[in-house]
Amino acid sequence: MAIPASAIGTTLPPSHAVVERGRLRFFAESIGETTPRTIDVDAAIEAGYPDLPVLPTFLFGLELEQSDPFGWMNDLGVDLRFVLHGTQRFDYHRMAFAGDELVLQPRITDVYEKRGGALEFLVVETEVTRGGEAIATLTKTIVVRHPEREVAA
Amino acid sequence: MIESATAEVGTELPTLVLPAISRTTLALFAGGSGDHNPIHLDLDVARSAGLDDVFAQGMLSMAYLGRLLTNWVPQERIRSFEVRFAAITPLYAVPACAGRITAVDEVDGERRAMLDLTVTLADGTVTLTGSAVVAID
Repeated sequence: MAIPASAIGTTLPPSHAVVERGRLRFFAESIGETTPRTIDVDAAIEAGYPDLPVLPTFLFGLELEQSDPFGWMNDLGVDLRFVLHGTQRFDYHRMAFAGDELVLQPRITDVYEKRGGALEFLVVETEVTRGGEAIATLTKTIVVRHPEREVAA
Repeated sequence: MIESATAEVGTELPTLVLPAISRTTLALFAGGSGDHNPIHLDLDVARSAGLDDVFAQGMLSMAYLGRLLTNWVPQERIRSFEVRFAAITPLYAVPACAGRITAVDEVDGERRAMLDLTVTLADGTVTLTGSAVVAID
């Protein structure tokens, strides 16, 4: 099933998240990050931060914290097993820290296909704000594979 | 802290070589990151999609590149950071993160370095290519 071009401009359900210290430590541990200011509150404060910092790519996963994070893709007829992450971009406006209440508002900004529909691309842009202040903009390209549409060369 | 004197076109960031990717790495990253897509965790799901095994989350490698950046400059100096996921990272692969300054410009009243970034496996496969912009003054 092809993703309709009419999906462009669709605003997806926003996420509201309170950033937890424990999650930031778990994230740091899972990527082997052991710099004290990223896992120890006193060291973070000494580094001039109000609390543990949200590491550069952590916001990506925060968006997946909602109860059915891939539901909108199911609604578009996408089979999650055939989804690849094509590109990811972060534009940073302000740093976020443990204790922050963040709002993540995603929007589908482009839909296109390549190789005669064997690959479909979805571009989603997410604005992250804290009390109305811009924190970051995330832009991802999701690739949906359709192996059955591959034409032998 | 990076001194602007050392931030010149061609400057290379200290390479970050990671331990081999294990199933535990993937499970912990799923929990830590919040991405629970079973294609990275569940062999049955991977096989049902025609794959031989699970493979690493692309964002795990991007997070490693993030470590490369924050090892080099304080995080608040990163202005933007982007990657293209070029190849899958299989289990047991050993990723290495590298970065190199390609340009230094004055933007919005600050000096900024443009960096080229790559993640390369021990067998030479480039899994991620990307770039970042960081303030250096």
